[in-house]
Amino acid sequence: MIEVSELSKHYGDKKAVDGISFTANDGEILGFLGPNGAGKSTTMNMLTGYISSTSGKALIDGVDILEEPIKAKKNIGYLPELPPLYMDMTVKEYLNFIYDLKKCKLPRVSHLKDICGLVKIDHVYDRVIKNLSKGYKQRVGLAQALVGNPPVLILDEPTVGLDPKQIIEIRTLIKKLGKNHTVILSSHILSEVQAVCDKIIVINEGKIVADDTETALSDKLTGAHILTALIEGDPERIAREVLAVEGVELCKQINERDGAYEFRIESEEGTDIRRELFRAMAAIDCPILELKNAEMSLEDIFLKLTMGDAAGVSDKKEEK
Amino acid sequence: MGAIFRREVLSYFTSPIGYIFLAAFYAFSAVFFTNSSLMNGSTEMTGMFGQLMIILVVLIPILTMRTMSEDKKTKTDQCLLTAPVSLGGIVAGKFLAALLVFTCAVAVTVVYAIIIAGFAKTGAGVDWLVIIGNVVGLELFGASFIAVGIFCSSLTENQVVAAVISFISILALSMLSIVGGLISWEPAQELLASLSFYERYSGFTYGMFDLSNVLFFISASVIFLFFTVRVLEKRRWS
Repeated sequence: MIEVSELSKHYGDKKAVDGISFTANDGEILGFLGPNGAGKSTTMNMLTGYISSTSGKALIDGVDILEEPIKAKKNIGYLPELPPLYMDMTVKEYLNFIYDLKKCKLPRVSHLKDICGLVKIDHVYDRVIKNLSKGYKQRVGLAQALVGNPPVLILDEPTVGLDPKQIIEIRTLIKKLGKNHTVILSSHILSEVQAVCDKIIVINEGKIVADDTETALSDKLTGAHILTALIEGDPERIAREVLAVEGVELCKQINERDGAYEFRIESEEGTDIRRELFRAMAAIDCPILELKNAEMSLEDIFLKLTMGDAAGVSDKKEEK
Repeated sequence: MGAIFRREVLSYFTSPIGYIFLAAFYAFSAVFFTNSSLMNGSTEMTGMFGQLMIILVVLIPILTMRTMSEDKKTKTDQCLLTAPVSLGGIVAGKFLAALLVFTCAVAVTVVYAIIIAGFAKTGAGVDWLVIIGNVVGLELFGASFIAVGIFCSSLTENQVVAAVISFISILALSMLSIVGGLISWEPAQELLASLSFYERYSGFTYGMFDLSNVLFFISASVIFLFFTVRVLEKRRWS
């Protein structure tokens, strides 16, 4: 459905997007993951024809966005980072305007009503957009992307500004939409992309640093081989004993909490040392109060993906 | 294009801009009309049409200042530029909306003409052809100013800056003949005079309906709208 090859965007000497290629198939939810300024929005703006690419190609349903923009744009619903809302219009006027703008053929009243039901904005339908809360503005933005029921949805950080309950609702909605649309969404929140997407593309400094399915990537990134453990007892002795467990490569004390010590324990990839660790600690009578897989922050992921495993992982997450 | 046209017309009247423009135009034209026609007991309206040109230099920038700049500032251009509409369609929709508001303003001059016709003594009737020529001239003159204003508005995302640039540009385009008068070289004088919006419009107020003047204003409008499309295009490619 979406084919992108060697797409680049240069602003003078700065390469905002540098030769990225990927495909998204029908009924697939593709997640763009990357820190601010990684090139996510620029890529999306190129896919939707808002800005042109310096080089490379983007095909939407086989139609080149630069060569036949009007035909390609008919198939796209786009929610930009900042919802493009006319603040002086009511939700009703605005959605009707979008309906006309997209030259939509579906029955007007029922189609708009369906969309409003889907994103739950029925009860603000007659209100002026200016007076809506950020969460509702975001939903109206999502609603305008859905007008005309385009087969491709491109959503730039769709859950920004929503409260936790709304985030869950929108995620559920996106998953539902993903069944019969091709969805590309961007986020800088790992867990969000993991929760919603079938396939994840990690972008950093305009380049793709990882392109994989959700499970493969999250296994790779948050494998069981890095643990944080809160253990009570003499820290030096604990460290010595932990290192003695087979497969452990590193044990570092990172924190002290109420007389217990937090350790970061790294083992060889593919090994699971949790049981051995339990026995070792039980043997020296040092109770394990907490044991969990170390979740990686986005910075860690980039460090890891861009520098390889050997570069190690920063301790930022654990300091929290 | 139709959707953008309707939205723009609506937005002129949900914000004060449309009302301010119309009120100012009606007020000034009424003063000029009273002064030049009614007070003199004349059926001539050219005096009013000549004076209207001056206030358009100020009023048109107010009408067009937000057309393109506002979209850029509030990022609503993302919605227009990613919709299946051509750039020409976007610019044309905005131009026609401004032109409609302007036409509502110009329409009042027809009312004045009817008033005069009602009071005119037999034999000193109203010369309708001259008035129609004047109204068409004013409409064309305004249309070209609107195109200039929209172009200026596309250059910036600040409405005030857009209004100031438009004002200066429109003033400069009107005054080209005066600048020409300062140059002693005759071909340059003639060239500048022929490009002067004021000189072109004066023809209409003298009661001359010259087709070359009509074409001049139409081409000026088309050229500035085309420039606007190029500005939008360039922004995508930069």
